[in-house]
Amino acid sequence: MSKVMKAKDFNTSYKPSWCPGCGNFGMQIAMQNALVELGLKPENVLIFYGIGCSGNGVNFTKTYAWHSLHGRAVPSAVGAKLANKDLKIIIMAGDGDGYGEGMGHFIHALRGNADVTYVVHDNKLYSLTTGQAAPTSDKGTKTKSTPDGLIEVSVNPMALALSAGCSFVSRGFAGDANNLKEIFKAAIMHPGFSLVDVFQPCVTFNKINTFKYYFDRLYKLSDKPGYNKTDINMAFNEALTFGNKIPYGIFYQKVRDTYDSNLPQLKGQALAKRPMKVKDIKKFVQAFA
Amino acid sequence: MKTKNDLSWKIGGEAGFGIKSAGMIFGKIFMRAGYEIFDYTEYPSLIRGGHNTFQLIVDTRPVNSVTKAIDILVALNQNTVTENLAELTHGGVLLYDKDKVKVSPAKVSERRIKALAIPLTSLAKEAGGDLMRNVVAIGASLALVGQNLTIANRVVTENFKHKGKSVIDQNIKALKLGYDFVKTNFQGEFFCNLSTREKNNNILITANESLALGALAAGMNFYVAYPMTPSSSILHYLAAIAEQAGIVVKHAEDEIAVLNMALGAAHVGARAMVATSGGGFSLMVETLGLASITETPIVMVNVQRGGPATGLPTWTEQGDLQFVLRAAQGEAQRILIAPGDAKEAYELGAEAHNLAETYQLPVIILSDKIIAEGNTTVPFFDTKKVKIQRGKLLTAAQLTKIKDYRRYKVTDDGISPRALPGVKNGLYIANSDEHDPYGFSEEGSANRLAQANKRARKLETFSEKMPQPLVYGNPRAKKTVVIWGSTKGVVLDAYAHLEDKYKKKIKILQLQYIWPFAKEFVASILKNSKDVLLIESNQAGQLGQLIAQETGILIKKKLLKYDGRPFFREEISEALKKF
Repeated sequence: MSKVMKAKDFNTSYKPSWCPGCGNFGMQIAMQNALVELGLKPENVLIFYGIGCSGNGVNFTKTYAWHSLHGRAVPSAVGAKLANKDLKIIIMAGDGDGYGEGMGHFIHALRGNADVTYVVHDNKLYSLTTGQAAPTSDKGTKTKSTPDGLIEVSVNPMALALSAGCSFVSRGFAGDANNLKEIFKAAIMHPGFSLVDVFQPCVTFNKINTFKYYFDRLYKLSDKPGYNKTDINMAFNEALTFGNKIPYGIFYQKVRDTYDSNLPQLKGQALAKRPMKVKDIKKFVQAFA
Repeated sequence: MKTKNDLSWKIGGEAGFGIKSAGMIFGKIFMRAGYEIFDYTEYPSLIRGGHNTFQLIVDTRPVNSVTKAIDILVALNQNTVTENLAELTHGGVLLYDKDKVKVSPAKVSERRIKALAIPLTSLAKEAGGDLMRNVVAIGASLALVGQNLTIANRVVTENFKHKGKSVIDQNIKALKLGYDFVKTNFQGEFFCNLSTREKNNNILITANESLALGALAAGMNFYVAYPMTPSSSILHYLAAIAEQAGIVVKHAEDEIAVLNMALGAAHVGARAMVATSGGGFSLMVETLGLASITETPIVMVNVQRGGPATGLPTWTEQGDLQFVLRAAQGEAQRILIAPGDAKEAYELGAEAHNLAETYQLPVIILSDKIIAEGNTTVPFFDTKKVKIQRGKLLTAAQLTKIKDYRRYKVTDDGISPRALPGVKNGLYIANSDEHDPYGFSEEGSANRLAQANKRARKLETFSEKMPQPLVYGNPRAKKTVVIWGSTKGVVLDAYAHLEDKYKKKIKILQLQYIWPFAKEFVASILKNSKDVLLIESNQAGQLGQLIAQETGILIKKKLLKYDGRPFFREEISEALKKF
């Protein structure tokens, strides 16, 4: 009988190098607990990490892992899922990584709806590079790269995801690890592309979007009377709500066909597990005769 | 008049006139009639209009190049006469559409050619529609060279099968109208005779398609691309057969996604391939380095066109050699190979996947428009020589026996045992950061040296087993011509047509495996040569630069062409005679 997994079984021998109090700690424990509660084994999970503080998590959680280039974790994850559908595939990236350099991949991956889970560590800054403005930073934010205040308005990941066809759109908070764990579990089990954007306060560089900032403003969508997460209009309404009150939880979930379910050639055994042998190409060559 | 059994035929008109499809039909007819074929298209990057030509060489001997001179010119529009009339050889025939094109009799006699006015558009309308003027022109051309309509009718029937019987019947009628018009109206004899020969076992194929087939034979099951001329026909071909072949073909959002997606698939055990041209390859550069440091097997095809930037989108060049050799920051290991024709593209398209998995790195295949889009006749491909070699890929059973598995274990040959995600006991990080043997990020000096040296040793290991460069002509000759890639076709064709007095003085050295570099072999040949001529389709003589870098030998005589056009056989013949 296989032993019962515990969250610490997903720890590597490396101690996390994040700053004390970093939101990433809450996210890591929430993810490890979600994997345990879903009965997943390290060898059946493949996590694609971006580059940034979130990406450094590659060394701290024990699963198969791929440490990508900045902005490029999403397409690699989609490729891996198409080639081996038996793996549980998770992407861990930052907001600068995912919505800056990787924005194009984000939108197109949503359209395709491959069955992967995308967790964005959203601290509204580039932190590993010592605190420049991110695509999620609010207009006017003063940083090293925007000393006179950011001119652009921030991107809205929830509204973008809804408009691009994302079949699972959610927002978590690193300060509510238990709720985050439940969102992770729902996202991982969702058959299709699931987005979990997580407010993850950077305690070193972000003096505005702090844990307190969020505690004062966040409300749970699951507590909202009459909220129907299959109603995209309701979801859009909540996605556009940002200010004194900020919603979190699952905004939208609707199952639709995944990318691989449209490919008859992927029925049956996972592509990468099929025996690798010389292919008989005679019928294809014959077409040129 | 002395007749010959080869033909240089060109058809010209606007985009949308069916220039290419006419050429394809014409080529297939003569392939079936037992001839060897090579074709070449010139077209601007347009959907309608512009000047498009399709040139076809029909020969009794294998052919992989075009001549500047043409024997029959089919002009579907005035522009073809303006642009291409001067290419007609003395005694050659201009077939032109009497309904659309004017030709001055003075020009015809001055150039000592024959002009035959055919009402192509009217005859096409008579057959069922003016679009078929290209097929009428095929019928007319066949009559000129003494090829009857038996094979042509079959090829046309197959070609239009998907469009139904009435379209087939109309096209067969169009063929006959063109054929009969020439039989009735053409006075005198024509110097090309291409009557049906003994049947052979050839196929007519481009290097893009044959590369795809080679990869497929070797188990390639994951192909990702973004359209870019002249690589797109690989995508089109594989997408069309994907379901039947049981492979995934994905058109991704950009070339950065293309390579990252392919690496994700390769990482979990697929045999993955991407193809693009120089512009797309430029976008892939950072990810090429990722493949190298994570030691992920991948086959990357760059089908070159004229650069830089958008450059010459539909023309040819061998301008990316030095670029793909060094592309990516830092020192990223790769293997670089360059097929010289469609047959080599098939063989290397298969072998590249074995090399990628054996040495766990990117294998770059450098091709170019000439062979990628030019159809050629080659013997029917079989898979007898195709092998599957996956190197040190571990099975689940092998992994369970290993205590303390290290994906990036430092080994003598540089190659480390590879586990696939999903298998117990093989956990590791494929890390874009420098990493320790387990894959954990590690920036220590000793580890950095151990891992960097390990990765470099893989190429040393391969160098010892790598196939040597190819030598043609007289191996004892003291004059050496150095080539790579598609120039093989025209150089070998020109050489084959030379008189013996020239032939015996020349040998030809083709570099097919370019990196790692076959240092000793090349140095020894060049040191033992009295004279060396480098032939490349680029401005700087990039292979020459590489040879100088690796051997210290500077090749002074160079024949370089970089106007987007291929070397014509006449140019090479002249250079070889003078050499």
